[in-house]
Amino acid sequence: MRLVTAVIKPFKLDDVKSALETFGVHGLTVSEVNGYGRQKGHTEVYRGAEYTVDFVPKVRLDVVVSDDDAADVVDVIVKSAATGQIGDGKVWTTPVDELVRVRTGERGPDAL
Amino acid sequence: MHFDSGDTAWVLGSAALVLFMTPGLALFYGGMVRSKNVLAMMVQNLGTIAVVSVVWALVSYSLAFGPDAGGGFIGSLRLAGLAHPNAPVPGLHLTVPPLAFCAFQMMFAVITAALLTGTGADRMRFHGFLLFAAIWSIVVYAPIAHWVFSPEGWLYKRGVLDFAGGNVVEIDSGASALALAFVLGRRRGWPRDVMAPHSLPLTVVGAGILWFGWFGFNAGSALAAGTLSSQAFVSTQLAACTGLLGWLVVEKWRTGHATTLGAASGAVAGLVAITPACGFVNSMAAMLIGLLGGITGVLAVSVKFRFRYDDSLDVVGVHGACGVVGTLLVGVLAQQGAGGHLFAQQALAVVVTMAWAFGLTYVVAQLVERTVGLRVSPEIEIEGLDTAIHAESAYDFGNVRAGRIGG
Amino acid sequence: MRLVTAVVKPFKLDDVKQALHELGIAGMTVSEVQGHGRQRGHTEVYRGAEYVVDFLPKVRLEVVVDDDMAERVVDTIVEAARTGQIGDGKVWTTGVADLVRIRTGERGPDAL
Repeated sequence: MRLVTAVIKPFKLDDVKSALETFGVHGLTVSEVNGYGRQKGHTEVYRGAEYTVDFVPKVRLDVVVSDDDAADVVDVIVKSAATGQIGDGKVWTTPVDELVRVRTGERGPDAL
Repeated sequence: MHFDSGDTAWVLGSAALVLFMTPGLALFYGGMVRSKNVLAMMVQNLGTIAVVSVVWALVSYSLAFGPDAGGGFIGSLRLAGLAHPNAPVPGLHLTVPPLAFCAFQMMFAVITAALLTGTGADRMRFHGFLLFAAIWSIVVYAPIAHWVFSPEGWLYKRGVLDFAGGNVVEIDSGASALALAFVLGRRRGWPRDVMAPHSLPLTVVGAGILWFGWFGFNAGSALAAGTLSSQAFVSTQLAACTGLLGWLVVEKWRTGHATTLGAASGAVAGLVAITPACGFVNSMAAMLIGLLGGITGVLAVSVKFRFRYDDSLDVVGVHGACGVVGTLLVGVLAQQGAGGHLFAQQALAVVVTMAWAFGLTYVVAQLVERTVGLRVSPEIEIEGLDTAIHAESAYDFGNVRAGRIGG
Repeated sequence: MRLVTAVVKPFKLDDVKQALHELGIAGMTVSEVQGHGRQRGHTEVYRGAEYVVDFLPKVRLEVVVDDDMAERVVDTIVEAARTGQIGDGKVWTTGVADLVRIRTGERGPDAL
C-alpha cells in the first residue's frame, strides 16, 4: 500500500476530487497548509508598515491506495491539479506498512 | 422661513441614521462574500460614501433638487457646489433648513450607489467601481430623484407616490444592478462552485444596522417629526417583521430549513417593499406589503439561476423586485387616491425608472470597463481581491504567515 | 522508527490522547483536517442555492514511535477512537528514516 500526498492550489481541490472519484478513489483527507516553492508570496501593508508574507495557502491531500493504483492515482492528481502556472504544487508517495479501518478493525488491503 | 427645531433635529438625526446604513451594508454584504474578498467589499462601500457625497455637493444635489431646467427632466446647476445654501428648495415648503434636507438626501444617493457593490461582489476593481459610482450618481440617480422626489419633476407632477425611495432607490438600484451584472459577467466558477457566505454573524449585525437606519430612511422622509413620521415609523417596523416571517415560511416550505440568512434577508425585503408606501398606507396595509415583499424576495433570488446572470448578492432580487411590488401596491392600498389612475402612474414610474436605470447604467458600466476597467483579471479573482488589490488580509487567527517587515 | 498516522473523529481525540498517555507515549502532533470515506457530508442552503459539502471535520494525529511499539500504538488508537459508526477513520504506519530533537540535537531512537 502507498500513501499518496499532494500539495495543490486550493481552487483546484474540486477538480482533483472529481477526478479521483471518477477513477474510483472515494475517500481522502484534506488539510489547509501554507507553502511555497519558487513561487513568490505577497506583500501586505498596514498603515505604512509593509510585511512580506512568503507563504501561499495550499491544500494538502492524503490518500492511501494499493501499490497497483499508486502510479495512476499520482497521474490523475497531477493532471487535474495542473494549471501550468508557477505554484501548482507537488505529489509524492511513501510506502505504508500497516493500515487499519477504525470502525471494523479490518487490516491491510481490506482497509483500503 | 420658519424652522421647527424638532423637525430639524429629526431630519438631521435621520440623515445620520441613513448614513449609518452604508457601513451596515458593508457588514451585511461583507459577511456574504468569501473571506478572501471581505475587505474589498467593505472598502468599496466606504469609498462610495466618500465619492458620492462629494459629487452630491458638487453637482448632483443641484441636478436632483435644483430649479427645473426644463420639462421636469433635470434640475439646473444653480445649486452646484451647494451655492445658495439658504435658498428654499424649489417646490418644497420645509420646516427644516435647506442644508438639512440636502444632507438627508445626500445619504440616499450614497446608499443607492453602495447597493451596487453587491451585484459586482468578488470581481470589481476598486478604482473602477468608484469612478463608476461617481458618474452613475450624476447620470442615473440624480435624474430619477428629480423626476420623483422633486416637486418640479415630471413623475411627481403626474401624482406618482414614492414616500422614501421605492423608485428612486430600490427599483433604480435593482435595474442598475441587472445592467451591471450583464457588463461584468459571471464570476469564475459561478454557479457551480461553492460561494457560500463566510461570516453570517457579520451579515446579521449588518442587517440590524440596516433595519435601525431604515427608520431614518422612511420616517425621516416625512421631513418633520409628528403624525406622519410616526405612521411611517410604525409601518416600517411592521413591514420588516412580516417580511422576515414571510420569507422564513416560504423558505422552510421550499428548502426544508428556515435560515439565518433568510431571516436577515426577509427583514430587508419587507423594508424595501414598504419604502415607497410607509407614509401613504395604514398599519395593517403595511403588514401586508411587508409580507408580500418577503415572499417576493425569497422567490426572486432564485431567478438569477434560471436566467444565468450573476447578481451576486441579489440586488435585483431583493431591491428591484420588492421595490416594484411596494411601488405598485401603493396604487392599491394608499389611504388617499388609491385606484386605477394612481396604479397607472405607479406602473409608469416603475417602467420608466427601470428603463432609464438599466439603459444608462449599461452605458456607464461599459464606458468604465473599456477605459480604466471594471472587472478584475482572472488571476486577481482567483487569488482574492483583499491581498491582490488592497494588500491586506482580513483574518489572522494565529495562522502560519512567517513574514517580516520590509522586503 | 515508525510514523503512526491516524485520522479520527474530532470528539474522540481526548480518548485517544488519554489512551496513548497510559501507554507511555508522551508527545504527538495534531492537525485539523477535512476528510471523507464512504460517509456522506451534509447540505447547506444560502438564499435557495444548495451546496453539498462532502468533507467532514476530522483530526489527524501523528506520532513517531519505536519499531517495537508500533503495533501496540496502532491497536491502542484504534480501540480508543472507535465508535462503531461510519466515519471512524483509519490508522496507518510508514517508515521513518531519520528523527532529530531540535532542542538538543539528539538523533534516532534517542530523540523519541
